[in-house]
Amino acid sequence: MHWDVVWNNFEYFLIGAFPEGPLGGLAMSILLALGGIFGAFWLGLAAGLMRISKRRMVRLPAIIYIEIIRGTPLLMLIFWFYFLAPILLGQAMPEAQCALVALIIFTGAYIAEIVRAGVEALPKGQMEAARGTGLSRFQAQVYIILPQALFNMIPSFVNQFVSLTKDTSLAFIIGVNELTKAATQVNNRTLTSPTEIFITIAVLYFIVCYLLTEFSRKLEKRINRYQARTR
Amino acid sequence: MNYQFNWKLVLTGEYGQWILQGLWITLEISFVSIVLSMLLGTIIAVFRLSRVKPLVWFSATFTEFFRNTPLLVQIFFWYFGSYAILPDAVNKWLYKQDFEFAAGVISLTVYTSAFIAEEIRSGIFSIPKNQLEASRACGLSFLQAMSFVVLPQAFRIIIPPLISQFLNVIKNSSLVMTIGVMDLTYMARQIESYTFHGFEAFTVSTLIYLVISLIVSLLVNQYNKHFLRFIPH
Repeated sequence: MHWDVVWNNFEYFLIGAFPEGPLGGLAMSILLALGGIFGAFWLGLAAGLMRISKRRMVRLPAIIYIEIIRGTPLLMLIFWFYFLAPILLGQAMPEAQCALVALIIFTGAYIAEIVRAGVEALPKGQMEAARGTGLSRFQAQVYIILPQALFNMIPSFVNQFVSLTKDTSLAFIIGVNELTKAATQVNNRTLTSPTEIFITIAVLYFIVCYLLTEFSRKLEKRINRYQARTR
Repeated sequence: MNYQFNWKLVLTGEYGQWILQGLWITLEISFVSIVLSMLLGTIIAVFRLSRVKPLVWFSATFTEFFRNTPLLVQIFFWYFGSYAILPDAVNKWLYKQDFEFAAGVISLTVYTSAFIAEEIRSGIFSIPKNQLEASRACGLSFLQAMSFVVLPQAFRIIIPPLISQFLNVIKNSSLVMTIGVMDLTYMARQIESYTFHGFEAFTVSTLIYLVISLIVSLLVNQYNKHFLRFIPH
C-alpha cells in the first residue's frame, strides 16, 4: 500500500492547482453542485407549477420535459448537450459550463416532481380558504401555498443536492476538472496505487454526502412537527 | 448553423449494427446486475432487521457508504483498484473472464443493492409487526417467518419503487462505458469518433433509453392501478 501517493496529492484532490492554476478537485465538484442546484431550483419550480396547472397547454410541455429527462441517463444528456451546443452556438462551449447546463436541465426535472408532490401534499383546505378570503389563484399560490410547500420540501431538496453532488462526477467524462478527474490524473501519473486513490476519493465524496444526508434527516424530523395536516 | 444532419448514417449499415450490439450489451449488463442486486439487497435488508449487532452495523455501513458515493468512482474503484483487496484466486478468475464486464456488474450490483436494501427495509417496516409475532408464535423460526410471511407481503408493496430502481440500473449502466464495456453509450461515442455525427448518434441512443423507460413506467402505472388497491393498509 502506498498511502504517501494520496498524501502528496491530497491538496490537489481538495482544491486542484488553485492559487496558481485553475480551481479543481472537490471544491470544483461542490461549486458545480451549488450552481446546479441553484439553477435547477428555478427551472424545477417553474416546471413543477406548470405540471399541476389546470390548463392542458401549460401542463403538456412540463409533462414532456419531465418524462423525457427522467427517462434518459444523465451521461446521455451531458454528451448530447456537449455535441448540441457547438451546433447551436456555432462555437465550442467551455466544458464546465456545458456540464453545468446539463446538470441543471437534468436536476430540474427531478425538482419539478418534488415541487409537484409538495404542493399536492398540502391539504386542499388551504387553497380553498385562501380563495375564500378573496385572493386570486395566483396570489393564493404565491402567498399561501408555496411558502408552506417549499418549507416542507427542504429535506427533499437537500437529498436532491446530495445526488447532484454525486452526479457531478460525470462531468469528468467530458473533461471538467473536478474530483474524479483529479483522481484519474493522479492515477495515470503514478500508476502504483489505484486502490488507495479511489478509496480516498470515495471517502471524500462520502463525507460531503453523508453530512448532508444526516442534515436532511434532522430537518425532516423538525419540519414534520410544523406541518399543516389533513386531519 | 451549417451542420448537415445525416440520420441515415446512424440508423443503417454498420453503425446501425453497432447501436444494436450496444443495446444488447446494455440490456445484458442491466439484467445480470438487477438479478444479483436483488439477492444482495434482500440479504442486506434482512441483516439490518436481525437482532445480531455486527450484522446490523455491517449492513448500515454498507448502505450508507455505497449510497453516498458516486457510481462512477465505485466503477473506477472496482476496475482499477479491486485487485489489492480481493484474494488472489478471485483476481485470477476475474481476469480470465471479460474483466470490464465483470467490474461493471460488480459496481452496479453493489451500488444498486444498497438502494434496494433500503426499499426492502421500508417495505418490511410497512408490514405490521404482529404479523411477525403471530408467525413466530405459530412456531416458525425467524428465517421461516421472514421468507414465508413477511417478505412475500412486503415485496408486493415495494414492486413499484423496485421497478424504478431497475430502471435506474438501466440508466446507470451507461456509466460502464468509461471502463470500456461496449454498451449503447459506448457505441454512440464510437460512432461520434468515426463519423463526427455525434448529435445523431446520441439522439438515437437517448431515444432508445427513453423508450425502454417509458414502456416500463407505463407498465408500473397499470400495476398500480389494478393491483395496489387490493392491498389493505
